Amino acid sequence: MKKIRFREWGMEGPRYWGLLAVLGALVAIGGLSALYMEHEGHWVTGMNNQVVWGTPHVFAVFLIVAASGALNVASMGSVFGQKLYKPLAPLSGLLAIALLVAGLLVLVLDLGRPERLIVAMTTYNFKSIFAWNIYLYTGFLAIVAVYLFTLMERKATPYSKGVGLLALVGRLALTTGTGSIFGFLVARQGYDAAILAPMFIIMSFAYGLAIFMLVMMFAFDQDERPIGEKLIGRLKNLLGVFVAAIFYFNLVFHLTNLYGTENHAYEVFILLNGGIYTWLFWGGWVLLGNLVPMGMLYHPALGRSRAAIAGASVLIILGGLAAMYVIIIGGQAFPMSLFPGQTIVESGFFDGVNGAIATYSPALPEALLGIGGIALALLLTAIGIRVLRFLPESLADEAIDPHHAKV
Amino acid sequence: MNTDSKHEQGRRDFLKHGAAAATVAVAPGVLLHAVNAKPREEPVTDAVRWGMLVDTTKCADGCNACVEACDQENGIDMMLKPASADEAEWERQKPRWIRKVKVKDNLTEKVTNLPLMCVHCEHPPCVDVCPTGASFRRADGIVMVNRHTCIGCRYCMMACPYKARSFIHESVQYQLTAVPRGKGCVESCTFCVHRLDRGQTTTACQDACSREGHKAIVFGDLRDPQSEVSQVLKRYPSVALRADLKLNPGVRFAGI
Repeated sequence: MKKIRFREWGMEGPRYWGLLAVLGALVAIGGLSALYMEHEGHWVTGMNNQVVWGTPHVFAVFLIVAASGALNVASMGSVFGQKLYKPLAPLSGLLAIALLVAGLLVLVLDLGRPERLIVAMTTYNFKSIFAWNIYLYTGFLAIVAVYLFTLMERKATPYSKGVGLLALVGRLALTTGTGSIFGFLVARQGYDAAILAPMFIIMSFAYGLAIFMLVMMFAFDQDERPIGEKLIGRLKNLLGVFVAAIFYFNLVFHLTNLYGTENHAYEVFILLNGGIYTWLFWGGWVLLGNLVPMGMLYHPALGRSRAAIAGASVLIILGGLAAMYVIIIGGQAFPMSLFPGQTIVESGFFDGVNGAIATYSPALPEALLGIGGIALALLLTAIGIRVLRFLPESLADEAIDPHHAKV
Repeated sequence: MNTDSKHEQGRRDFLKHGAAAATVAVAPGVLLHAVNAKPREEPVTDAVRWGMLVDTTKCADGCNACVEACDQENGIDMMLKPASADEAEWERQKPRWIRKVKVKDNLTEKVTNLPLMCVHCEHPPCVDVCPTGASFRRADGIVMVNRHTCIGCRYCMMACPYKARSFIHESVQYQLTAVPRGKGCVESCTFCVHRLDRGQTTTACQDACSREGHKAIVFGDLRDPQSEVSQVLKRYPSVALRADLKLNPGVRFAGI
């Protein structure tokens, strides 16, 4: 095994600037959309007093969840001593920071009063999981920044394992906090489940790794750095396991619900007659987001094709967005149980009359804000790997695998 | 009272209060208003807990008097639909502090009419989840939102089991001085706190219901055993909505 060398990303000039221009334009459009929504007020969105968190939350929560997952590759290297992954740790840390910053920005720009962020940073109610999250998120950013420093500054390298362990604990806490935003809500049938916290953790493993693999494969392909079969094979198998675990948690969540009569109406809504939510659940989350990519990743021929692995990663990401939509918006669209044992037959405030689900159709600016968030994460990453030495020169098996020579 | 005259009324109130205000010119055209509000004579204490009984057997089908009164009292009827907003969508986006609901028992098919508003829980989930503490419970049991520290995250709306809260989706053109309102903040029924703080003892919805002759809403101090609300609660069976959540709401319902 040779010594690992890191080098700035060498995508050729015009293409690199073109990439930055496209991402920059998407970020600008997202920013203008946020400005428009804040200036006019949320009436220009599809959100209302029944569905209060809309598409920006779908993107924001997805990005935040994926951020903690993107750090996994680094954790496997630093904390669990898997030497194969060590050269990828800096990119893993950078991506985690970029995704988290982007997710938080989308979340903040969707606040009713984003200019009061300073209030949120200075006035806390510690019974609120949101208040904890402000600490968990900023703490995570700080820990990962220090972790990156220990990885990239030779003098600090001895500390990388310790800081890496702290970062691992931080990312587990962060995703637990994110899942608990919903898990702690007793009011709504679709939430109020402790399993949401571990389910969000396993989702973060898969979504973060899928994004990581796409970014890694694209970046290495662009300046012709090799990635060995062994590394790709290990990562894609891991991705497959994570996706299978999402499927398992999803199954347990719904089986548990199906056992309790009080949840039957919610299950019928999600699984059978919830319209867009049912379609997104089966078609987006389960089929395209879980089963198809699992089949692709473990298929004897497709599993060796990098195009198929990239395709599976894209499907997992889209499935993840579908999952967020079903959980976040589906959970609000399903009418609340205001009067257990009774049916609301008339209401002056859209209280689910005769079981009617709440109306929500995403407005364009909401989606543009979310897409701008994804573009921002990629933009930060593209700049980071260009100006600093985040990428190893080679990920060829002989360069990074300590056991390669023995085989 | 239509919106314009209401607006005029709001303006008159403001000017009246403004008489006690010192106005300082810091630059040509820039004025600083230092309002010398009358200091509150007594701090709010937990010696009082405001509460309400809704007797659904007296609540009339088709009567909307409480809702209209609340709209007027709290300036909700002054909220204007944005010119290009869709009518149906606006209905889902405009604030609503109290609404009429008709429910039917799934087994017995008994139909019940009732007004539903914030039930002012002793352990309000909206207060638990608010990251900044803007959603708070006063010592006298009133749950409300501090408009200065609400960041508009809407987590309280996700957490409220009674769907009692509204988000202000649009710019506010007209509002009452007693009931401040701002785009991007969350609000809900305050038990007409501005009235109570001025020494009044009734809510607008209660007054309207009495005026209609139904008297389905009884409001008062739950800690005072002699108050009407304490007396009727003691005498007749009543329930807390979603009693399973053990939030001990200050609004109870009889006849469901």
